[in-house]
Amino acid sequence: MAQRIGAISGPTAAGTVVALILAALVAVLSRADWPVVFGPADWAVLRFTVWQATLSALFSVAFAIPVARALARRRFAGRGLLVTLLGAPFILPVIVAVLGLLAVFGRAGWVSQGLGWLGLPPLSIYGLTGVVLAHVFFNMPLATRLILQGWQTIPAEQFRLVGQLGLPPAVVFRTLEWPVLRQVVPGALALVFVICLTSFAVALTLGGGPRATTLELAIYQAFRFDFDLGRAAILSLVQLAVAGGAAVIALWVLPPIVLQTGRDRQVQRWDARGLWPLDTMWIGLAAGFLLLPLGAVVVSGLIGLGQMPASVWSSTWTSAWVATLSAALLIALALSIAAWLAQARWGGAEALTLLGLAASPLMIGTGWFILIYPWAAPVRFALPVTALVNAMIALPFAVRILLPAMRQVFVDYGRLSASLGLHGLALWRIVLLPRIRPQLGFAAGLGAALSVGDLGVVTLFADPEVATLPLQMYRLMGSYQTNAASGAALILLGLALGMFWLCDAWGRRHVAG
Amino acid sequence: MKYLMTTAAMLSASVAWAETSVLKVYTYDSFVSDWGPGPAVEAAFEETCSCDLQLIGAGDGAALLARIKLEGARSEADVVLGLDTNLTAAAKETELFAPHSVAAEFTLPVEWSDDTFAPFDWGYFAFVHNADMDAPANFRELADSDLKIAIQDPRSSTPGLGLLMWVKAAYGDDAPAMWSDLSDNVLTVTKGWSESYGLFLEGEADMVLSYTTSPAYHLIAEEDAGKAAAAFDEGHYMQVEVAGKLANSDQPELADAFLAFMVSDAFQSIIPTTNWMYPAVTPAEGLPEGFDTLITPAKALLLSPEDAAAARDGALAEWRNALAQ
Amino acid sequence: MLQVDGLQVVQGDFALSADFKIKAGQRVAVIGPSGAGKSTLLGAIGGYIPIVTGRVVVDGRDITNAAPDKRSIAMLFQDGNLFPHLTLAQNVGLGLRPALRLTADERQQVAHALGRVGLGDLGARKPGDVSGGQQSRAALARVLVQDRPLLLLDEPFAALGPALRAEMLDLTSEVARHTGATVLMITHAPEDAERAADQVLFVDGGQVDAPRAVADIMANPPEALRTYLGR
Repeated sequence: MAQRIGAISGPTAAGTVVALILAALVAVLSRADWPVVFGPADWAVLRFTVWQATLSALFSVAFAIPVARALARRRFAGRGLLVTLLGAPFILPVIVAVLGLLAVFGRAGWVSQGLGWLGLPPLSIYGLTGVVLAHVFFNMPLATRLILQGWQTIPAEQFRLVGQLGLPPAVVFRTLEWPVLRQVVPGALALVFVICLTSFAVALTLGGGPRATTLELAIYQAFRFDFDLGRAAILSLVQLAVAGGAAVIALWVLPPIVLQTGRDRQVQRWDARGLWPLDTMWIGLAAGFLLLPLGAVVVSGLIGLGQMPASVWSSTWTSAWVATLSAALLIALALSIAAWLAQARWGGAEALTLLGLAASPLMIGTGWFILIYPWAAPVRFALPVTALVNAMIALPFAVRILLPAMRQVFVDYGRLSASLGLHGLALWRIVLLPRIRPQLGFAAGLGAALSVGDLGVVTLFADPEVATLPLQMYRLMGSYQTNAASGAALILLGLALGMFWLCDAWGRRHVAG
Repeated sequence: MKYLMTTAAMLSASVAWAETSVLKVYTYDSFVSDWGPGPAVEAAFEETCSCDLQLIGAGDGAALLARIKLEGARSEADVVLGLDTNLTAAAKETELFAPHSVAAEFTLPVEWSDDTFAPFDWGYFAFVHNADMDAPANFRELADSDLKIAIQDPRSSTPGLGLLMWVKAAYGDDAPAMWSDLSDNVLTVTKGWSESYGLFLEGEADMVLSYTTSPAYHLIAEEDAGKAAAAFDEGHYMQVEVAGKLANSDQPELADAFLAFMVSDAFQSIIPTTNWMYPAVTPAEGLPEGFDTLITPAKALLLSPEDAAAARDGALAEWRNALAQ
Repeated sequence: MLQVDGLQVVQGDFALSADFKIKAGQRVAVIGPSGAGKSTLLGAIGGYIPIVTGRVVVDGRDITNAAPDKRSIAMLFQDGNLFPHLTLAQNVGLGLRPALRLTADERQQVAHALGRVGLGDLGARKPGDVSGGQQSRAALARVLVQDRPLLLLDEPFAALGPALRAEMLDLTSEVARHTGATVLMITHAPEDAERAADQVLFVDGGQVDAPRAVADIMANPPEALRTYLGR
């Protein structure tokens, strides 16, 4: 048997990610004071962290399913734009998104004002409600995209058959949509769970007080106020363990993946002609829920645009550069791992990619600061390290996106490629990359956008001369420059969406043609 | 020949000193932003020292100390500017700082005797609100009202820690009871000052934990007299922001020169309208117009660095228990 | 020449055994009921299904353990014979060079092959833009440039109409005659065997009978084949 593609680079990439995280952990531990106590207060923190992440994952995915179903069944003008915009909340810096959400759902928000006109008391979302609401705002679009992508792997021929047989939507759901859902949903749940696990500023700002303390805040406190590196390391380990547990469970309930072949054609859906009011409702609900807060961000951003200092533009350039580097690193890692996993019988290694997301960025940053410091000025590595950490955070998404498409390519064209002697680079160039181009564009776009919006480790390595856009925005907010900060937030939103759109459009050009 | 070489070496050494001597000052992020004191301070000091002053933003005050601890004795920093008195005890414990030689007539409401850290500005914590609102006159009235406040988490923010000390200094052993009375007024707790202040400006909270000087910003920079700070009759806790010289600085003279410059008029006159705090030494021309409209608390509260450090963990636990009900 | 010696293949609880020889240039129809093991036989010869015991020899070379592309075999599958994102010319070019960096001479060869199968001016089109018959022709053009001594057909024309299928079978015969290849083709239709094959391999229940001449076996089918054919 010829050497499988990704058989070496895949494990190498996965190993690199694990090594980067473990090295940081070991570095932090090496400077720790012992013993470390994990007290009752820490258990309360752990319980709250897991509970809010569970609820957030459940609600995000439950909302995403009907929305994805409606989007899969409908073709309408602006659908592509809507799908792109759905990606926006996910990449917004937390404080921008929270202020946008509050403009709609806050005590002084639009909904509360409307209630006031009706003589009703204002909405109060602070507490677990607010935390889950914000997490759903951030993650529902992601879950929607994942489920939508899953359903798009159903061959068009099967929907033709459905149309021909006049099968009712309930039967279509049972026979076609449900089996795909069963494959996609556990992964989506695990992903959202892990994302929410490391939530910190959202949980704190909307959580209403120390009840809403998450592990990440405890890690932050341990690093920043107590400088108790041992405690920080232990808490990071607990966070990794919980995320790892979630990943293992998700993969365990993941049924064996069976794919059928289909040809490249636009999917036309004959099965849901009568259900347009329902679909319209779900799409409208999702669009309103996501776009109104974004609209609020845009409006306040437009007001602040004129008051921005020139430094915002140089930060924009820095962020664009970091995002490009980060997306390139991400694609290199994700392609290697996805190609490897696509041919492996055991998909468990996918769980490893979740580690990058579950590891506290502060822990990774501090660990690498400790490692780099004896050899060189960490400031000089600020941007590369930021790009790398951002790539690691985006890795599980990218692998999730690429893996099903890659599996499909191997099912459809594995034998043909083998019979023609397509190996190694030629297989990548001639078969794999062109076939997974839409997913590749989406993954790269997501990686770039995530990187643009991430404040992350750059603060730890901060360089006086170069600031990323989110850092610049925070600096403005910290100097009472609220309007200028809103302007910077709008630029940030534009840059993130722009980079996402460029990559995604590049990927989808092929499908349309 | 030998003489010539020595002279040449000395010459080139002194030229190198004049051209490349760099003073690295770690500070908090908002200090170095375009609107912060950073740019003006840098320009003013470089005029006097013919050196390169590098102001390096390293997060907030707490992050600053963590950074120094992380870098330890090998830190490239010569000066750290932006710690407050709640952190100086921990900073001294690191033994990374050297005594300062600053002598000045500080215009602080309290006596200053710290020989390691010199203050550069100070302010009173206060709850800021819209001027058209009836503000409570103390924590008790606040607790009895329906007002919603946005505060910062003492575990991630220096003003948040300041509030903890404020309640502790004012109420001592009754602090836990006060916190549990306040708990229904706390709209939310944020990671840092920026988030809280943003919530307040968006109209989410009636009051926000900030400084008595915050209304001066709105008045002077935005010509908006619509913000006010509530005067509390228990007194207001102070934040005194300080700077210190690192013992392992490779530019000790330049660091001393910077600290001396820090308490001079050239630096101090920049502070009020950029950092929106009171200067540690009131400059000759006095405070800018608008600062006279600010409330002046009848009583200044401040725990000594040692007391603050000793009280912190207990106060934090009380705060958590009271608000977690 | 194709020689299959004591071949044993196991897939789950299905086992196939085969032992036969086919002379060079012969066109052989593989006939048998569904699930009899026809595809398994071709998959094993083609190198896609591991062989438990036995040998496969093509033109005197033992290819039992060789990779699919190193077996001197060209193969067409039921579907997915062309990459939809590549032009017909590129798809054919893959038969010459998997890296697709063709010399001028090789490009000439591709154009010539496309011409031979009647696609002279469609080389720049993509599979999605041409008819099913034209797609089959393009796949056969690739077989032509591959120029391998053994051609395996796993019902690549099953989806085509009878007239078109007959046309493709004729074209296959022509291609095979041109390259001198031995052909093994799975088929369900006896008329296909009569039209395009010299010999028949009858497969039933995991057993492969010895090859017999088409006219002979059709005139005098064994019991199992008679049941299958419904005669």
